[in-house]
Amino acid sequence: MVISSALIIWKGLICITGSESPVVVVLSGSMEPGFKRGDILFLYMNRDPIRAGQIVVFNDGRDVPIVHRVIEVHEQRDNKEADILTKGDANLYDDRMLYTSSNRWLQQKYIMGRAVGFLPYVGWLTIIMTDKPIIKYILLGALGLLVIISKE
Amino acid sequence: MCVIASLSDNLNIPSPSAEIQIMNINWFQKQPKGSDEVSLTMNISADLQSLFTWNTKQVFIFVAAEYETRKNSLNQVSLWDAIIPAKERAKFWIRSSNKYRFVDHGKNLRGKEFNLTLHWHVMPKTGKMFADKIVMSGYSLPEEYI
Repeated sequence: MVISSALIIWKGLICITGSESPVVVVLSGSMEPGFKRGDILFLYMNRDPIRAGQIVVFNDGRDVPIVHRVIEVHEQRDNKEADILTKGDANLYDDRMLYTSSNRWLQQKYIMGRAVGFLPYVGWLTIIMTDKPIIKYILLGALGLLVIISKE
Repeated sequence: MCVIASLSDNLNIPSPSAEIQIMNINWFQKQPKGSDEVSLTMNISADLQSLFTWNTKQVFIFVAAEYETRKNSLNQVSLWDAIIPAKERAKFWIRSSNKYRFVDHGKNLRGKEFNLTLHWHVMPKTGKMFADKIVMSGYSLPEEYI
């Protein structure tokens, strides 16, 4: 019952925010001091064009998506396709060397969402569970116990 | 709690102001690879104190050059940015050359008219982020490389 309602809320969030990952955990310090490791970001995606200053989450075929700020946009007149450059607030250099495409620009299609709000610290739970799996098992065990007990 | 924080942020009506002067075009050339690049020095003054609320962690600001070319309906190039960590530091004056390279997507910059926009991004302690900008127009680059 708990799990299915959690799933419904999750799917509902995906629907409302228009993003495949409506919530992400900040994993690195490249956007400090604004976002710190462990913060949770709320994402929203729509057809509005990407503009400089927006904080976007993108994945151009890497293991983990990146959350950085757009610092350059060159949008073509005829087809509205845009070449985009991003950079972490705390990084000295832009992301050009990171992009997997040989083009050296980021395309709009790789952007999964824009960060619109955030909650500090809460994501630490998922980071701890990945770094120390034992905690994940303890939590899952506790959750399982809760389910069994509540069924009574 | 997140929602309440954002609701109170919504009640704040900010009245920011800013002014940017281009003190000097340091140099303006075509790169060996072919794109135009310019280096300039700006005087940036602003009063962004009204953006801060009890829920504001920091305000990220940046100055971008915005212009059109034949191929692109919009080009935005960030030239300079800063983080304002507290209300006391939100009224300032600074002279700086561009922190990031002003490079075109081509060779279109000679005689180019452009806007300078000061963007700000209010990052809360928790909740919704706000962003807006002031557009200042009337700037232009030299007709010839220097």
